Amino acid sequence: MPKYKQTEEIIKLMSNKLNVRNIGTLAHVDHGKTTLSDSLLAGAGLISQKIAAQALALDYVEIEQLRQMTVKAANVSLLHERNGQSYVINLVDTPGHVDFTGHVTRSLRVMDGGVCVVDSVEGIMTQTETVLRQGMDEKVRPLLYINKIDRLIKELRLSPQEVQDRLLKIIRDFNGLIESYADPEFKEKWKVNPNKGQVAFGSALHKWGFTLPIIAAKGMKFSDIIDAYNKGDIESLQKEFQLDVAILDMVVDHIPNPVDAQKYRIPKIWKGDINSTLGQAMINCDENGPLVICVNKVIVDPHAGPVTTGRVFSGTVHEGENIYGLMAKTEGRIQQVSLYMGPYREITPSMSAGNIVALLGLENIRAGETLVRPPDRASMSPFEKMKYISDPVVTMAIEPKFSRDLPRLIDALHKMAIEDPTLSVKINQETGEYLIAGMGSLHLEIALWDLQQRTGGIEITTTPPIVVYRESLTKALGPFEGKSPNKHNRLYVTVEPLNEQTIQLIQQGTIHEDMDTKERAKILREQAGWETDAARGIWAIDSYINVLVDATKGLQYMREIKDTLVQAFRLDVGEGPLAREPIRGMLVKITDATVHEDPAHRGPAQLMPAIRDAIFQGFLTASPILLEPIMKLDMKVPQDFLGGVTRIVAGKRGRVVSMDQVEQTMHLMAEIPVSETFDMSDQLRSATAGKAFWGTEFARWSSVPSSLFAETIRKIRERKGLSPEPPKPEEFMSM
Amino acid sequence: MGFGLGSLSFIGLGLYNEKGISIYGLERAKEADEVLLEGYTNMLPGLKIASLEKLLGKKVRVVDRKYLEDGKEILSSASKKDIALLVAGDPFVATTHVDLRMRAVKQGIPVEVVNAPSIISVAPGAVGLQNYKFGRSCTITFPMPYSDVPYDTLKLNRAAGLHTLFFLDLRTEEKHFMSVGEGIRLLMVMEHRRGEGIINKDLLLIGVARAGGPEQFVKAGRAQDLLSVDFGDPPHAIIVPGRLHFMEAEALVLFAGADKELVERNL
Ligand SMILES: Nc1nc2c(ncn2[C@@H]2O[C@H](COP(=O)(O)OP(=O)(O)O)[C@@H](O)[C@H]2O)c(=O)[nH]1
Repeated sequence: MPKYKQTEEIIKLMSNKLNVRNIGTLAHVDHGKTTLSDSLLAGAGLISQKIAAQALALDYVEIEQLRQMTVKAANVSLLHERNGQSYVINLVDTPGHVDFTGHVTRSLRVMDGGVCVVDSVEGIMTQTETVLRQGMDEKVRPLLYINKIDRLIKELRLSPQEVQDRLLKIIRDFNGLIESYADPEFKEKWKVNPNKGQVAFGSALHKWGFTLPIIAAKGMKFSDIIDAYNKGDIESLQKEFQLDVAILDMVVDHIPNPVDAQKYRIPKIWKGDINSTLGQAMINCDENGPLVICVNKVIVDPHAGPVTTGRVFSGTVHEGENIYGLMAKTEGRIQQVSLYMGPYREITPSMSAGNIVALLGLENIRAGETLVRPPDRASMSPFEKMKYISDPVVTMAIEPKFSRDLPRLIDALHKMAIEDPTLSVKINQETGEYLIAGMGSLHLEIALWDLQQRTGGIEITTTPPIVVYRESLTKALGPFEGKSPNKHNRLYVTVEPLNEQTIQLIQQGTIHEDMDTKERAKILREQAGWETDAARGIWAIDSYINVLVDATKGLQYMREIKDTLVQAFRLDVGEGPLAREPIRGMLVKITDATVHEDPAHRGPAQLMPAIRDAIFQGFLTASPILLEPIMKLDMKVPQDFLGGVTRIVAGKRGRVVSMDQVEQTMHLMAEIPVSETFDMSDQLRSATAGKAFWGTEFARWSSVPSSLFAETIRKIRERKGLSPEPPKPEEFMSM
Repeated sequence: MGFGLGSLSFIGLGLYNEKGISIYGLERAKEADEVLLEGYTNMLPGLKIASLEKLLGKKVRVVDRKYLEDGKEILSSASKKDIALLVAGDPFVATTHVDLRMRAVKQGIPVEVVNAPSIISVAPGAVGLQNYKFGRSCTITFPMPYSDVPYDTLKLNRAAGLHTLFFLDLRTEEKHFMSVGEGIRLLMVMEHRRGEGIINKDLLLIGVARAGGPEQFVKAGRAQDLLSVDFGDPPHAIIVPGRLHFMEAEALVLFAGADKELVERNL
């Protein structure tokens, strides 16, 4: 039931840090996250009287629609009363889709606790495990909500004892994951105990739920609930055991407030100097400290423009002040400070540390950004660097059927790219087509669906999805010589594959380009077997995971040509020589160089071709390979249909990784090359008569079999309008 | 040379327009089967292709940097025909064409060089400085990437009391040239970066514009004062004098409008 408050009261509430909680939901797709968020919002709305008056003007359907939209779009603040005190619960939106894992990290960073939603019928699935693991990486304390209890009773017709056994198994599995993935100091602390009210049970669909302490307080037992439900007494269940109360009680009691949470979370999620003024202010969640906001999401409001939402880790943000984005490297003025309360955006003059805030008026800010006041720009180090958890692996060209729709299409694509940084939108300069790239075919399907919603269903044509490949090498060779076109400069490089440990360290963001050289060298030496000299000589780490090292000693002018060589390196690895696909996993060392003394004779036009020739000559000589993206398929399928599924998997160059029986259903894990998955959904649906559930996720890059190597390259090159054969190493050798 | 073997002649055009070519060079160009004009390393302020073609009585093909650096086509033509390559200034003062000449020699193509005035000799003369008192010269390039070589060159030359000639970056393809003022500003940026006290606002400098032609303009003065002087169309160069001989000092006043007192401080 909505509770009405004056705006001033709400602001007062939000500045009482000890009564604030920042949470989100973690779940496998379809387990009921959206339904849960919706009932939280319906039950625990918090709106000011001013807005409530406006709200009365809306009819039920409109409110309902608005709420649905908000649940999907924004971070919302809820009010909860517990033991005579008022609490503000900021519910951070976490993307619900399998393919958006890269985006999840940003949401996790701004929340202190997560409610993990698990479907009682399906149990813990891969994606549950993935988000839980990511959550614990960001020091988010997870609690458990087991959903769809109604299905156990009504559909599976389990006895009360069987229901309890099933639930206990889920809790055990959940605690098993905590044991495996939590930091040692939290392994015991974070395991959930249903008797302490750290697990909620319920049905989000029917809007009832409880924790064991709640039913105990009413002098009831678990089996009483099952009885009540069996008798069809849903209404009294809904009244007696409100789902939002169960969940929010659990959150208030077991998720730390921002003051406690920031003490241990900041040192883990932020790599800056803890002892600096800024570090201390964040550790102490100091509302009088310097302002630090970490942005988790940007949405484009049709009326208000970009709405930047994020967490205030320190200080207090005021309307009208100027703020600086460390990634965007630009300043902007905050036109409005606001928060989403229930479905409504409420404007406030300011917002203090520990809370989630929505800012209007910032044009160039994207998710993942760190915002500070302009004078602090030099002393603040940004929150973690972008992690390369997943790369876009599928791309397609898109065009409106009627050119009059082009502006609408562009506008929608532009907004989508702002809101979902894992979706890349590019324009092909040669053809003028718009290209969208995503994490998988499903991701693009959803993007197209979203596009339809936003444009009011304009007709579009798309090319079939195209798989993105990577080029790589298998041998360590060199040095190779590259000469500048004027022949006055010579560069020498060796090329070799990066070892798996290094690739992992880069992919996880443990090492990156902007970190302290010594610290990076230490990690590489200890964890990836690097020599100290090479590790200290790193010039560039590019986002496709290639490393450039200056291995020369005391050569003249190296400092002056560094920027040009780094820039060239990035361009070169962005389009490899085999098929102009990005190179992945290459280590290039510059071993020697003779460059002209006069800068006029060693500008970019001279040095860029020189290093390209050396790198490509080496790359093509070092037994190059092509890598293709591999998708993980995680499926629950009745045993009878298993044969059909494994045949499909085998027919798609796939491989079954594991198969477990869970009662009558089989839990199947398989790996399939993305290039084979475009018609897979339909095939799987018809082979299983629609009785299978599955999810897909990017698994890894894997070498294209040698039998397909030449053919695949030829196809890509032809598609790009290149000569069908890749160049020979000699073509990059100058006389 | 006309042995049916082909040949490659590098012919200097001097610094102003087609009339800077020597009579011998003109003859060689007229005899050639094909005349190419390099269009990038320098820019002649008075040159018009039409007048050049009229003077030679034949078509002239303008070729760019890529064409000459790649060199395959020109060398292959020069192995069959007589090719004249017209270049601004004196052919081998800038290092640009050395590679082409070496490759021609290696391939047995007869090479001939016809010289013409170069900025290296013209600029000192224009302002009355003595050529043997110059140290190393160097180009001030547009920043990004930055180079400190001009600074180091100046530092070394000044320590030895030598004059320094700075070429200023010229990107013909992008129609982008560096003015004297911009060159001075960049030198000051280098001083700011390095802080070794080599350049200051009172340093005596000479700006040289369109040297070696009727529109030549030179002006000596303090760095600060030259910043605001409009030197007009390109190309420009800067000279930083070292220790001056009394004849040089007097010449600077007479030829380059230097302030007498300022010049005497550099004696
Ligand atoms: N029977 C039953 N169905 C539920 C329950 N909660 C959600 N669902 C249904 O499960 C499907 C997926 O729910 P949704 O909230 O969209 O899942 P999400 O993908 O995790 O956001 C929808 O059809 C819901 O109606 C529940 O408690 N019981």
